[in-house]
Amino acid sequence: MAKKGLPGNSLIWILIVSEVLVFALGLVAFLVMRLLHLREFQAASHLLHAGAGTLSMALLLTSGYLAAIAQSNSQQGGQSRSRLLLILAALLGVLFLALKAMEYSDLWNRGVAFEGSQFFTLYALITGFHAAHVAFGTGLLLVVSLRPTLEHVEPSVAFWHMVDLVWVLVFPVLYLVPR
Amino acid sequence: MKYQSQKVALAYFACAMILFAAQVTFGLVLGYIYVAPNFLSELLPFNIARMIHTNALVVWLLLGFFGASYYLIPEETERELHSPKLAYIQLVLLMVGASAAVIGYLFRIHEGREFLEQPLWVKLGIVVAALIFLYNVTMTVLQGRKTVITNVLLLGLWGIALFFLFSLYNPANLTVDKMYWWYVVHIWVEGVWELVMASVLAFMMLKLTGVDREVVEKWLYVIVALALFTGLLGTGHHYYWIGTPGYWQWIGSIFSALEILPFFAMVMFTFVMVWKGRREHPNKAALLWALGCSVLAFFGAGVWGFMHTLAPMNYYTHGTQVTAAHGHLAFFGAYVSMNLAIITYAMPYLLGRRPYNQVLNMASFWLMASGMSFMTFTLTFAGVVQTHLQRVLGQGFMDVQDQLSLFYWMRLGSGVVVVLGALLFIYATFVPRREVIETVNPAAAPAE
Repeated sequence: MAKKGLPGNSLIWILIVSEVLVFALGLVAFLVMRLLHLREFQAASHLLHAGAGTLSMALLLTSGYLAAIAQSNSQQGGQSRSRLLLILAALLGVLFLALKAMEYSDLWNRGVAFEGSQFFTLYALITGFHAAHVAFGTGLLLVVSLRPTLEHVEPSVAFWHMVDLVWVLVFPVLYLVPR
Repeated sequence: MKYQSQKVALAYFACAMILFAAQVTFGLVLGYIYVAPNFLSELLPFNIARMIHTNALVVWLLLGFFGASYYLIPEETERELHSPKLAYIQLVLLMVGASAAVIGYLFRIHEGREFLEQPLWVKLGIVVAALIFLYNVTMTVLQGRKTVITNVLLLGLWGIALFFLFSLYNPANLTVDKMYWWYVVHIWVEGVWELVMASVLAFMMLKLTGVDREVVEKWLYVIVALALFTGLLGTGHHYYWIGTPGYWQWIGSIFSALEILPFFAMVMFTFVMVWKGRREHPNKAALLWALGCSVLAFFGAGVWGFMHTLAPMNYYTHGTQVTAAHGHLAFFGAYVSMNLAIITYAMPYLLGRRPYNQVLNMASFWLMASGMSFMTFTLTFAGVVQTHLQRVLGQGFMDVQDQLSLFYWMRLGSGVVVVLGALLFIYATFVPRREVIETVNPAAAPAE
């Protein structure tokens, strides 16, 4: 399975690196603001549901695993199996989005305004931007599941792994940094 | 010149150079008004002269883009232009509109919206000219060979026209007005113009260095991806203090901080291409302008932009001479240099000569580049002092201006150098040295 160079189109890697840079800057901004407004951030972080964040991570990592198996199926010519796995991976992405929507509405119902609080402005921006990528990635997986050749699957799966990697980084910083 | 219709570019470049001369001359007048504020205050008030300075700049840069497109599209698509006649009609329309706008400004006829001061009928004329242009080049591309360079160029040109439409919408609410205003101003210079710049540079690298097309195309894709990824949401760095919600400070800061990347990629691109290149092209001046373009754009747009793009920084520097420093080097580095590069490259072919007056042309590069760099430094120092006195210590605007006069005198001096460089450039590219031409072996010329 050893391959030369990066898997997939080199342009997808430009996108992936750019995305990771944006999320990294977002997290750095969050941590700097946390240092500057420690009390506000500590109080606000109690309103987040760490359980939901953990479940989100489980969903995305499982989905990433399924996508990875889909890719090796595509590589060995098992296209119909690959298609099924891609659709399953996309379904987990939809579940992630549903969970995110529940989290947002729960916060909204508890009177959290996303503007006016540095914590929730950044929370909404970072997780919202991430959720937009989950939505895009889900769509991408479904589109490539129509013709799951390696050429199509590889860059999409690389993008999808970026999406779950970002959540692995976002989740502890936003939800778990000592309250 | 392989195709007869490429000749259209000559008329565009000539008109562009007339407006270039006008633009820098008005710039000089403005620089003098800074040190002698009553100069021409009745006849040509500062705001009117500034309108002409900025409008002439934008129009000649666009004429240069159009000329560059008309020059390179036949070569890339390997066919004649769809209609050279339409191209000339478009040029007449643009020049009539531009002259009418300038004369109107002198009689205080304008819409007063910065950079978009043109009266409505001029704007509509620009839209018609843009439609003619897009029809002409798109038809040429559709009927000919499709390359990445033409695809990216077309994407940029269509973007220019599309985003200009927002200039026609002028809502009463000042915040909404500014939001849409930046759709034109920002997304032009930090979005779609970058696509034009990258594709013209790619064309020149292809011709000047002889590097394989596939390699050039790969770089072009990378630059375009980075430019759009960072530039579109980077618009947010104009939304900090215009009444839009606070989250724009984060979106603008994060994305615009990355806007330096496409410019860095362009520096890497041009230099790597030259290193890898096997071809010794005789037009050294064009190569100098192309390399200078990417480097000065990186500093002017990238580094000087980054200096005041983060919201907490911009809170203090907003609208000071720091902005003027950035604006001058960014426009000169990215778009002026790019146009002068393609003009330097194309003129010998358009006139059917070998590259001539290389030394004068290269001297004009160093004159303009050093003049603009010095201007940028003086304005940067002026801006830093102004920020401290006015924004930190809270002194009055005019009191601070008085204290900056030393910087303004130095800026005027550097302006004189730039104007001399511009005139020298126009002379060097348009007035061939006759004795050199006579010695050209007719069998060897024109070189292609």
